[in-house]
Amino acid sequence: MSIHIQSAEDSYDVIIVGSGAGGGMASKILSEAGLKVAVVEAGADFDPAKEEHRTQLRPPWESPRRGAGTVRPFGDFDAAIGGWDIEGEPYTRGQDSEFDWFRSRMLGGRTNHWGRISLRFGPLDFKRKNLDGLGDNWPIGYEDVAPYYDKVDKLIGVFGSKEGINNEPDGFFLPPPKPRLHELHIKKGADKINLPVIPSRLSILTRPVNNERGTCFFCSQCNRACQIYADFSSGTCLVKPAMKKGKVDLFTMSMVRKVTTNEQGEATGVTYISKLDMQEYKLNARVVVLGASACESARIMLNSKSKTHPDGLGNSSGHVGRYLHDSTGADRMGILPDMMDRQRYNEDGVGGMHIYTPWWLNEKNLDFARGYHIEYWGGMGMPSYGFGGGMDTMRQYVKDEFGNPSPNGGYGQGLKKDIRRFFGSTVGMSGRGESIPQYSNYCEIDNQVVDKFGIPVLKFHYKWTDQELKQARHMHETFEEVLGSMGAIILGNKPGAEQQYGLHKPGRIIHEVGTTRMGDDASTSVLNKFSQAHDCKNLFVVDGGSFVSQADKNPTWTILALSWRTSEYIIDQLNKKNI
Amino acid sequence: MNRRENLKLLFTGSLASGFLFTGCGPEAPETTEIPHNPTIGEFGSYGRTPEEIIYNEKLKSATFFTEDERKKLDVLVDIIIPADETSGSATEAGVPDFIEFMMKDIPGYQTPMRGGLLWLDHKSDEMFGSKFLEISEEQRIQIIDEIAYPDKAKAENEGGVRFFNMLRNLTATGFFTSEEGFKDLGYVGNRPNAWDGVPDEVLAKHGLQNDPKYKDVYLDITTRGTIAQWDDEGNLIG
Repeated sequence: MSIHIQSAEDSYDVIIVGSGAGGGMASKILSEAGLKVAVVEAGADFDPAKEEHRTQLRPPWESPRRGAGTVRPFGDFDAAIGGWDIEGEPYTRGQDSEFDWFRSRMLGGRTNHWGRISLRFGPLDFKRKNLDGLGDNWPIGYEDVAPYYDKVDKLIGVFGSKEGINNEPDGFFLPPPKPRLHELHIKKGADKINLPVIPSRLSILTRPVNNERGTCFFCSQCNRACQIYADFSSGTCLVKPAMKKGKVDLFTMSMVRKVTTNEQGEATGVTYISKLDMQEYKLNARVVVLGASACESARIMLNSKSKTHPDGLGNSSGHVGRYLHDSTGADRMGILPDMMDRQRYNEDGVGGMHIYTPWWLNEKNLDFARGYHIEYWGGMGMPSYGFGGGMDTMRQYVKDEFGNPSPNGGYGQGLKKDIRRFFGSTVGMSGRGESIPQYSNYCEIDNQVVDKFGIPVLKFHYKWTDQELKQARHMHETFEEVLGSMGAIILGNKPGAEQQYGLHKPGRIIHEVGTTRMGDDASTSVLNKFSQAHDCKNLFVVDGGSFVSQADKNPTWTILALSWRTSEYIIDQLNKKNI
Repeated sequence: MNRRENLKLLFTGSLASGFLFTGCGPEAPETTEIPHNPTIGEFGSYGRTPEEIIYNEKLKSATFFTEDERKKLDVLVDIIIPADETSGSATEAGVPDFIEFMMKDIPGYQTPMRGGLLWLDHKSDEMFGSKFLEISEEQRIQIIDEIAYPDKAKAENEGGVRFFNMLRNLTATGFFTSEEGFKDLGYVGNRPNAWDGVPDEVLAKHGLQNDPKYKDVYLDITTRGTIAQWDDEGNLIG
């Protein structure tokens, strides 16, 4: 093993920056076309099949903090190596702005721990401006992306059910798992108020799609990354297979600083700082593909200034970093008395929900634009840090055989017994919705601050608008209706205006997209409809940066489909000698 | 020792494999077979990065509780979670060691914990003229009863209530995330399984059923080994 220093033979057809969903898909499609590819990743190699990387199937007592989120934000066993705050890699915020930026520094990026919720954007989602006059339409429609969604479904695998709902297009589904007990309760309650509840759509293999990956064995731990590759992550399902089959070199621990350009302003490669020796290296290629995440790719472009691109590469429009938007999010939970003293059995299931509620009020007259879906959780999950807590306020909900409530707090055998009886009786829900992209929500380079690699960092400017606040208010109204209809005790109070209706801060849902949006007009967009930079023909962006708007759907499936589409376009353009 | 020296040190051990550059050239042939069946493997570093291993060791090597505090802690956690016919006590489940670690992992716990333990001595001195460890078990319970029930506690004891809430939370979590706690709860997951829905007798007990509409849509677990195939309309055909 050695560090790849620039040399004549180390010239590539394509350099891909980042190994997450977008970069991983590009590495597969481009290398299968015979191109020589370099994948440059800021983090280390990662393979959950290796014992030294495995966190799956470990009981909480293997962690001295019993799985607490002090080191890894989603818990000690979560697969994401990185977080909201990474030592030596700061970012800043503008006045009165809130934005938190989650980064995973590892092969596969954030696909290692994500929720595997794999929803297609629907026909309405690409043309929302036509409906509500807000934001902009995409320059492409569902029909342009559908063939790629089909291919992604078959290649990677997603379970679900064919429902025939217009804006929730069906795909090539694997069979969904049956619901858990709390999910049947939710379904029963939701039926009473005419709220649709359908099988969830997750990229977890309930049946195999090839001989290379295993089938789900129902441990519910997809966020820990699967040692038999039964869930989708970019490293195990795209990059590693691409390396086996094609000419792909993977550079890990390599932090890209900028895209280099020639006199004509075309991309010639990248420079990166090796985290191992803190030296800078250069790689050359005919095409550069950015898949570093919406904000990191924008940062690289803004830091790639040259005579031809004085405001940053691909930024003649001044739109790089603009229209940054994350999903909205709000959550609520309750206790279902019917699920106290439950019979014990292995209820783990797949990693995440077996059912969900797609947005059900399209084209209805509401006091906010766009919509949200609802994710559900609860049941007899594996205890982790925090389990058994809160008895000072919740023990009153445990009742004895005569219906008398236990006292809040307490100690001793009675407390121990009540916690035992409580196990598996909570149920919760999370709304995840579409925000309206704003020109005034953006990231830019903070010229006053550099990271430990000497690279200027991002400064975020972000404020929610009334649209998102009202949507969050609607979420809580729905949550209370669902919990009420299923006979649950609703915990907490409905958050009011002073608490922003419980709306999470921008960035917290980790669906940030839009910073290099596509469009037909080069003065108001960064990329064309194939995610090619308007003013640098051999530069492409395959992460969420290209999104014009992001629906209430989790972005990964669309990132994968668009990256596949862009990769085919790159191959076509190289063949035609256009780039 | 700086970070890079740390890394060098760790890379000499078994952690080195697969951590630096992974090439696809002849110098790094990919020979690992992908297992299709999960393995449990070793109890060990549970997938830590080199930096995380160093950080965990650093926290473990420091001691927060004094001997006297630790004795008090042992008494208190067993008052909160004593042994019963189902399982052992908090100390038997190693809860004090877990709390010791958490004091360093979340430093915000330190002052409330240290101050709370001392507050118990003050209270004990006021009520019985001796420190908490020196009074009888019955007397200790009298003090605990003053702070264990937040809805009934006197305003003057609110500090004690907050301390005891924190201790109750830590003790309960420490106990139920231990092997002893899993046994107590009857938690039987975290192992390979074939999920085929809620058992029939449980469905009957709760008056619920699987939606008959999805009878032929839900996973038939006997097909878990068969590679999926679809027709052009997305219907599963094999």
